[in-house]
Amino acid sequence: MEAKKLNLTLKIWRQKNSNSAGSFIDYKVQVSPDASFLEMLDELNNSLELKGEEAVHFESDCREGICGTCGLVINGRPHGPLAKIATCQLHMRNFKDGDTLWVEPFRAKAFSVIKDLMVDRSGFDKILQAGGYISVNTGGVPDANAIPIPKEISSLAMDAAACIGCGACVAACKNASAMLFVSAKVSQYALLPQGQPERYQRVEKMVKVMDELGFGSCTNTYACEAECPKGISVTNIARLNRDFIMAKIKNKEVEV
Amino acid sequence: MSSFTKFLNSSIGKKLMMAVTGSFLLIFLIIHLIGNITLFFGAEAFNGYVGALDVVKPLIRVVEVVLLAAFVLHIFNGLKLWIENKRARGVNYKVNGSPENSALYSRTMFLSGSIIFIFLVSHLGTFFWRFNVYDPMGLANIHQYFDIVVYFFGIWWYVILYVIAMVLLGFHLNHGFQSAFQTFGWNHKKYFPLIQKIGAIYAVFMAIGFASMPIYFFFFYGGNQ
Amino acid sequence: MTKLDSKIPAGHISEKWTNHKFNMKLVNPANKRKYTIIVVGTGLAGASAAASLGELGYNVLNFTFHDSARRAHSISAQGGINASKNYQNDGDSTYRLFYDTVKGGDFRAREANVHRLAEVSSNIIDQCVAQGVPFAREYGGLLDNRSFGGAQVSRTFYARGQTGQQLLLGAISALNRQVDKGTVKLYLRREMLDVVIIDGAAKGIIVRNLLTGEIEKYSAHAVVLATGGYSNVFFLSTNAMNCNATAIWRAHKRGAYFANPCFTQIHPTCLPLHGESQSKLTLMSESLRNDGRVWVSTKKGDMRNPGDIPEDERDYYLERKYPSFGNLAPRDISSRAAKEVCDEGRGVKGGDAVYLDFKDAINRLGQHVIEERYGNLFEIYETITGENPYKSPMMIYPAPHYTMGGLWVDYNLMSNVPGLFVLGEANFSDHGANRLGASALMQGLADGYFVIPYTMGNYLAGDKPTLVKTDHPEFEKVAKEVKDLTNKLLSIKGKRTVDDLHKQLGRIMWDNVGMGRTEEGLKKTIEQVRQVKEEFWKNVTIPGSGDDVNQTLERAGRLVDYFELGELMALDALDRNESCGGHFRTEYQFEDGEAKRDDEKYSYVSAWEFAGENKWNLHKETLEFEYVKPAIRSYK
Repeated sequence: MEAKKLNLTLKIWRQKNSNSAGSFIDYKVQVSPDASFLEMLDELNNSLELKGEEAVHFESDCREGICGTCGLVINGRPHGPLAKIATCQLHMRNFKDGDTLWVEPFRAKAFSVIKDLMVDRSGFDKILQAGGYISVNTGGVPDANAIPIPKEISSLAMDAAACIGCGACVAACKNASAMLFVSAKVSQYALLPQGQPERYQRVEKMVKVMDELGFGSCTNTYACEAECPKGISVTNIARLNRDFIMAKIKNKEVEV
Repeated sequence: MSSFTKFLNSSIGKKLMMAVTGSFLLIFLIIHLIGNITLFFGAEAFNGYVGALDVVKPLIRVVEVVLLAAFVLHIFNGLKLWIENKRARGVNYKVNGSPENSALYSRTMFLSGSIIFIFLVSHLGTFFWRFNVYDPMGLANIHQYFDIVVYFFGIWWYVILYVIAMVLLGFHLNHGFQSAFQTFGWNHKKYFPLIQKIGAIYAVFMAIGFASMPIYFFFFYGGNQ
Repeated sequence: MTKLDSKIPAGHISEKWTNHKFNMKLVNPANKRKYTIIVVGTGLAGASAAASLGELGYNVLNFTFHDSARRAHSISAQGGINASKNYQNDGDSTYRLFYDTVKGGDFRAREANVHRLAEVSSNIIDQCVAQGVPFAREYGGLLDNRSFGGAQVSRTFYARGQTGQQLLLGAISALNRQVDKGTVKLYLRREMLDVVIIDGAAKGIIVRNLLTGEIEKYSAHAVVLATGGYSNVFFLSTNAMNCNATAIWRAHKRGAYFANPCFTQIHPTCLPLHGESQSKLTLMSESLRNDGRVWVSTKKGDMRNPGDIPEDERDYYLERKYPSFGNLAPRDISSRAAKEVCDEGRGVKGGDAVYLDFKDAINRLGQHVIEERYGNLFEIYETITGENPYKSPMMIYPAPHYTMGGLWVDYNLMSNVPGLFVLGEANFSDHGANRLGASALMQGLADGYFVIPYTMGNYLAGDKPTLVKTDHPEFEKVAKEVKDLTNKLLSIKGKRTVDDLHKQLGRIMWDNVGMGRTEEGLKKTIEQVRQVKEEFWKNVTIPGSGDDVNQTLERAGRLVDYFELGELMALDALDRNESCGGHFRTEYQFEDGEAKRDDEKYSYVSAWEFAGENKWNLHKETLEFEYVKPAIRSYK
């Protein structure tokens, strides 16, 4: 029942660590079209390990497209050629026998390469830690149904909250801007009644840290939306802009 | 640093600066085009129009200063953004996949902007300078502005340059128009496609409008040179 | 021999937790910051515990091997979270959730723990909504519910098919807030490799910095393990690639008892295998069984396409066997039923898969309703299999998914090692022999938000604020042992890869300690597992060094523990001469194939004490059922 295997040439970015220079190394692989892209790399790694060579380092965890750990740039496209999936959901049946695939890490000054295809995305967490939360302590909160929220609003908030923090938006953006990521979190809370009290302080704090980390500025090419595995909309970026401008008008002396 | 300069130096502040100055220039272009349409109605109409502007000279000077400021801020800020954004990428990708995820004109704002800038310099050098400051042919002194236009639009390479610049201006405006709305935060799923359409119509209109003048003059007055 | 003291408070079941909360000792607010607590893991249990303890003012150190706290595997939970809010007015109550969970666990859970879980379930929903978790809502703006397996009321709250993600991001936001405030310090890319026990109490941990390879020592007044389950012992499971049992297993080897290791859950709705290179199995949320109908052909080896099999030649076996619960029969029962029909040769084209069909639901409700409810799940299915489930039925098969077993804990969630607390899937306490759908999220958050903040204070109030220094000889000794293990692994330089050996172990476990277990098979398993383990230590190859990022080394370290754990699972299954929940011993079944529990002999928790290589001592905690009287668990 096994379908015919594909013969592929992989050109994979190998880099010992963040201080050393990297280069592309060629690998020939044979893979079942039913396998996933990462399973192909697993097989390649097993063959390398048998030869005593170090495995190609790449990150992945859930392999269901929700944890946001994986992320490769395949032939210039973050998460590969298909829309709305993470790298782990990419299956080899989407490629043709004889294809050459260039596999690169996510590139951004704010995402330094750790090893091979692994990058450091801790900047995202720093932005969230600056204010990506609603300040409530455990306990002492009102009943869940105390504040009705219109279905459309809750649904829009959910659309924004679906972000998996993979970093494909930064990888896709020609400016390596993190606006889509930041706007998704800002929007989720800006839409919900629970997020209102800190709405404008939050956006100021998060944008400040985003800027400090060396992400680029958004120039509205919308490549981020096209490559986002969860299809997060750039309307969130518009909301972020709006809230940021409002924050600057409203907030008098906010220590950020 | 005051909170206002801090704001302008933030990533969103810089975007906003581009959008505000850009929007001002969008409006300027409409007025500029409307005025220049008089070119199609012959020497008298055009010279009359330029002459009429002379009457409100002080006002025009004020507008010119604002316009200059808008251009300078738009260009300077755009250059700054371009440099910073290049730096934010660090190492470039071996394979560029951007044609699959974004529009060409949105990715080439710096290039189209740079060429428009070069055009702008030559445009000011030819028309603005000669109309307002010094015209070696002496035509401006006798209010024969129309003849200056005829002269330049009779030079084939100048016309070609002009037309290319206007095509790129169209590209630039097409992205710039909707981009300004996005930056101001006016992006709504329902209305944004309409804004994008209006932006595209505006851009095409401006590009054709401004490009039609050198072409028209080259073919209808070109023989005079 | 230590006697297991579950420390269940006295009183009526509905008052135990309330009384206990009052009776527990408190730590003075000004003194809290003098106490350091280590929390390992940043999933629902770990993140909620770290955040809540940080909010109280303790000095919290939170560890994860991930690059970000948000990656923890709780994020993959799809379907929902149970709470006895009774928003639907369909007769739900704390007592009913308690009852359903005890019954669903096949009468092998501790009543007092389960009741507490049901009590705090409502608070969890309130907490999450306050954090900005966008649960599904109805048009009136109030929260929506759906039904889940093993319950006849609608009590499951959900956020599309991404409930785990939203709950985790909520908990992580609370955690991030504490990181911002400085009460919690996050240690990312650190894998816990051992626990340090001084004078009989847990006083710290040893971790490997996964970026530098450095072995680091951290000292604390108490250690909380919230490191998840061990389904990856099967190699193929729905768990994430990096889920592992190392933290709890190393704690077990230092003295913590391992309870009910053989209670593993095989989830009925996963995607079938595609081939040898398969790295993991993908779960399709159980919520699909709300509208999907499970069937196979009535004929053996039927090679027809599903559309060509007429209605009267289809066997809707769950509806046939369990008319009152139908397709919503609990997980263990549904999984076993699928295995049965496939073993009979009636699976999809004679293979290991059954159909999950939405045709009737689409005809009844329209495709848009199905899309609204399960759109993203259908997309996932199509991405993976390349087939459109709106047109042809899904193919599903059971896969290891959750482990009810884990480190033994008392009512305070503390293991038999003082100061070592265990939360979430890593402990054994609430689900008995089978977990009901949408209960894992509930338990993780209950433990982290609403139990540990109280019981931790009670423990620390009796501890001195002075912190053990990390140059204490015991720290040095344990750190050296960890380094030696790493060096030993790297020095083998054999001929087989870590994955290859893990797959071999996984096959043995799946065949014999999976859905159907026999005395003979289990005895054989113990032998086979030891052989693979021996082969591993002789012949594994781990290229690269220990002073650098080395993912092969990380996997090898985890596999070392799976060998030992695999053996203990078989040993536990062998000891339990009955069938209950996820543990099905083929010898113990009724004529109709239903599980035959033996309450007289096996109404206990098996708590295994590590006693040297391949040796364990069994301790038994007898389970008393005062409120829910054990009965044959019927879903007919």
